Amino acid sequence: MLRIDISPRENEKPLISNLILAASLLAGLAAIGVVFLAKGVNPFFAIYKIFSGSFGSMYGFKETVTKSIPLILIAAGLTIAYRGKFWNIGAESQLLAGAAAATWIALTWAASLPAWAAILLMFTGGFIAGALWGIVPAILRVRFGINEVISTLMLNYVGAEFIKMLVIGPWKGKTQFGFPYTDDFPETAQLALLGNSRIHFVTLIIALAVSALVYVLLFRTRFGYEVRVIGENQEAARYAGIDFYRTTIIIMIISGGLAGLAGVGEVAGLHHHLTYPESISSGYGFTAIIVAWLSRLNPVTAIFSGLFFAGILVGGDAIQISLNLPAATVNIFNGIILVFLIMGEFFQKNSVTIKLQGAKWNR
Amino acid sequence: MRKINDLEMRGITKSFHGFYANKDINLKISSGEVLGLLGENGAGKTTLMNILYGLYRPDAGEIIINGEDARIKNPKDSMRAGIGMIHQHFMLVQNHTVAENIALGLDDVPFFFPDNYIRKKISGFSQRFDMKIDPDKKIWELSAGEQQRVEILKALFLEADLLIMDEPTSVLTPQESKDLFGIIRKMADDGHSIILISHKLDEIMEICSRVAVIRKGITVGGADIGDVDKKELARMMVGRDVDLRFDKVPLERGERVLEVKELFVNGDRGNTAVNGLSFSVYRNEVFGIAGVSGNGQRELVEAITGLRRSSSGEIILEDDAITNKSARVVNTRGITHVPEERIKFGIVPNLFIYENAILKKHHSKPFSRLMFLDYDLIKNHTENIVERYNISTPSINVPIKSLSGGNIQKLIIGREIESKPALLVASHPTYGLDIGATEYIRRQILARREEGGGVLLVSEDLEELFEICDRIAVIFKGEFMGILKAGDADIKDIGLMMTGSLKLPVQEAE
Amino acid sequence: MEQIITSVLTRTLIAGTPLLLGTVGEIISERGGVMNLGVEGMMAVGAVSGFAVTYTTGNPWLGLAFSMICGALFALIHAFVSISLRANQVVSGLALSMLGLGISGLWGKPYIGKPLAIKMEAVNLPYLRDIPYIGEIFFRQDPYFYLSIILGAGAWFFLYRTKLGIVVRSTGENPRAAETQGINVHLVQYLCVMAGGAFAGLAGSHLSIAYSKSWIEGLTAGRGWIVIALTIFSMWDPKRAFTGAYVFGGIFVLQYLLQPLGISPNFLAMLPYLTTLAVLVFYGLSLEGHRKMHAPAHLGEPYKRGER
Repeated sequence: MLRIDISPRENEKPLISNLILAASLLAGLAAIGVVFLAKGVNPFFAIYKIFSGSFGSMYGFKETVTKSIPLILIAAGLTIAYRGKFWNIGAESQLLAGAAAATWIALTWAASLPAWAAILLMFTGGFIAGALWGIVPAILRVRFGINEVISTLMLNYVGAEFIKMLVIGPWKGKTQFGFPYTDDFPETAQLALLGNSRIHFVTLIIALAVSALVYVLLFRTRFGYEVRVIGENQEAARYAGIDFYRTTIIIMIISGGLAGLAGVGEVAGLHHHLTYPESISSGYGFTAIIVAWLSRLNPVTAIFSGLFFAGILVGGDAIQISLNLPAATVNIFNGIILVFLIMGEFFQKNSVTIKLQGAKWNR
Repeated sequence: MRKINDLEMRGITKSFHGFYANKDINLKISSGEVLGLLGENGAGKTTLMNILYGLYRPDAGEIIINGEDARIKNPKDSMRAGIGMIHQHFMLVQNHTVAENIALGLDDVPFFFPDNYIRKKISGFSQRFDMKIDPDKKIWELSAGEQQRVEILKALFLEADLLIMDEPTSVLTPQESKDLFGIIRKMADDGHSIILISHKLDEIMEICSRVAVIRKGITVGGADIGDVDKKELARMMVGRDVDLRFDKVPLERGERVLEVKELFVNGDRGNTAVNGLSFSVYRNEVFGIAGVSGNGQRELVEAITGLRRSSSGEIILEDDAITNKSARVVNTRGITHVPEERIKFGIVPNLFIYENAILKKHHSKPFSRLMFLDYDLIKNHTENIVERYNISTPSINVPIKSLSGGNIQKLIIGREIESKPALLVASHPTYGLDIGATEYIRRQILARREEGGGVLLVSEDLEELFEICDRIAVIFKGEFMGILKAGDADIKDIGLMMTGSLKLPVQEAE
Repeated sequence: MEQIITSVLTRTLIAGTPLLLGTVGEIISERGGVMNLGVEGMMAVGAVSGFAVTYTTGNPWLGLAFSMICGALFALIHAFVSISLRANQVVSGLALSMLGLGISGLWGKPYIGKPLAIKMEAVNLPYLRDIPYIGEIFFRQDPYFYLSIILGAGAWFFLYRTKLGIVVRSTGENPRAAETQGINVHLVQYLCVMAGGAFAGLAGSHLSIAYSKSWIEGLTAGRGWIVIALTIFSMWDPKRAFTGAYVFGGIFVLQYLLQPLGISPNFLAMLPYLTTLAVLVFYGLSLEGHRKMHAPAHLGEPYKRGER
């Protein structure tokens, strides 16, 4: 007789929690292996390729750090939103909004400004643009009761089409030989890179600082407290006189704004022009959702989960080329790992005992 | 044909996470009997009945029907065996019709157009037991008494011979209770057996033929109803002699703290829930509001505490108009609130105890300075509350959901009266608590009265209202049917007023 | 002119078909109490699996059936995670969408740019097809269209006129009440989610087998998310899903219609998404008070059996 007993854990011990987290990640990797196997690719080889591609060489690691920058920035914003149970799935287009604003500033003003002023202006503008784009679903939610998952996703499509419209239309560069690019940014609007890498360190520093600030904001301030109360029990928040409208709007100003900053980093640090959305962001807005979730909605640990997922993106690129896989492969990684993470949460919250004829295993 | 002539539960034991809810309990009932199952809240009555109904599985013990082991593993088994249960919180789908609710659990309804079948059959039952019900009404359109009838019908449709009723009168007016007892008697005469879970002694004495008492999960006694008296039962139930009277200090009421003038408030469905109420609450006074829930109490409380807008009228706190001010403003001006459904409204289950201890006060000094929260101070403050209000917890650094209901309520009470509010609004503050915590909460409310605060108490528990209120207003459909002084209020009048059949001229002078 | 109108209406019905199928599926799932945001992924999996089988076997009916099976099995992931493990349904649904898009991309790569040799024949209903205009619009469609009508109407009948329909709706409204009446809540929810998956799979294979008759990555183009919005718009009633689906089908057709007028193709591509938002805003304005009464009361909340 097999009997499964499930009972909630009295208190979650950090050690057990972390072990389960690690186990879920491993199980997720194993599941990814199965997908490779089904595709006729040796799973061990593929997974080895992913991690050697991202963490195994200096070049790979630099790329990993580069790609972690937008992930960390966006994830920091998402931790706030998700703590308040505002399911912002729209970071992808909030990033684009930031990128577009930075582009406009770079092409309009930057040539006549000193570099520091141009950069400052671009980041400010990018934050504001991302925030404004982020406020839209917040207003739709508080004023019209529209589910933010749907609205942020719809706005992703709208935002992407709008950027396409710009780069093949009015913003199309005169010096780009018919490519769907804007003109290149003047040098004052380009971020410096670290050594011979593509790490635009200014954005990296901003990302790290933002993570720390968001942590303080969440766990040390009145605003963070109100966000967490809203997220955990909206009825109690109402009872406690917390202004749901105001808080939701601020949540999305921050969340959208930080995604906007990530967009500025991408165009000012790497591309130096605006182009098709899929070239500006390789799904950072979506991957950051999992980064935030893996960090258990803690912006500081999100730095590490951001690095981890940046590694998967870089490694994913590597095997896409060497194993001839489609770009969507990364979606599989993201999806599978997210599924296993939320499965792991069940075991973090509940202890499961399997009894078999007197024998007993504990998990 | 009867499916159950007699039923026996033998040696039932059930534990949850190391606590015994039931330990070696034995129980017996035969056809035509009404058995009272008496015990305090938390004594294990409901657990025992959930086991009988197949919702829980016992760790040990067996259920024997007509001399044979019944092997009840889930509600379906017990339904087949002829057991029906009416839960304290009705298990009805609010948005569905009466017919749909009845069809849900029936195996022998036709697959297509099940409603028609129910409609046809319903009238037979209605006549036999003298209950009227419209099968096409949605549940939310029905009164509590009518909803209970739907539950009884559900059991009758299932041909239940044994009917378990968990605190069936807790949501009924005295008149509705009387009707219910009539139905129960008819059913017993018809050969049904009924188990009535209750902690109300009067009820048990009135309707039951036999009584079993459980305390802390074990059977402590049982007797034919003719052989015991109330006092004896009370002692068995609580384990000591109890005197349920509080020594309420007689006090002259002080100055007026709250004045409500011609208040109209709308309910969730756009109906007029509070219909032109006017009253005042004074210092050194507990002002009670009695009535069956759903008669505007919630809307009135929400309007006073800033959670709901009123459509017209005025609310004045110590000469300050607070009509339609936000909950935060109202709170800052001096009204605190112990909400109904404490888990749903009063706390944030996943946050730590100390984070819950400042809910509502978190935005103001001294807890919040500039934008930051002073967690050292907050923890100190919480330690104080925990100590002063006898909250038993291993630490303040645990999520509040790990506390028992009684301790959660103590924390809420502590949090709400710590700031010495001009007016404390308490909704059903002792609902579902055990006798110890109930007594404690009531004493705290009285202590607030003695200190000079005003208290507005909304409760369905008449005993509670009589014990601690100075004046009691009876609300029905958003209007006061009268305001009684503690001395002259007697149950009979209140019952009539709660059902709207008696209205006294409200004299709100003095 | 007449020809244009009949052709537009015909195409509107075609474009509305996957939306109708997906919406009805999501309605069943949500009526059982489980919100599944994985429709986009389930549709993608259905599209590619249906296409692969049709391409390999040359039999579109096999492809159709297979897409339903794949959709249902794929939805099983969400069912397990959100019902048995009581995970957050929003996150689980998102994960399913990502996964579905990923799997369809990987699986479908060999089929990109390969046209179907055998297409699903339109079914001309005898006599009816000869009715002027109406016959042309309604009765010369591909089998998917008729199937969607039957399934949509059937779903309504099932939910509102059968015993099992009461069971499903009660599960979404008040699972505890259902359990006390002997209903296996989790089983009902599993079946509802899998039914939703099968419908979404069917919707997906309509896109690849009947609508575009080819596979490309991103074929679903956000239709799965529009389906979620349509579910709300329908107030969880399959009857109303018809209206919503064909209105949006019309918008997809409008895109092609307006293209020759020199309107930016990017703007036209935004139309369905902008319309979705507009419809939801309108809905939010006009039906504010009623929403709560129509949404299944226990939607999105995991149900824990037995003890509370």
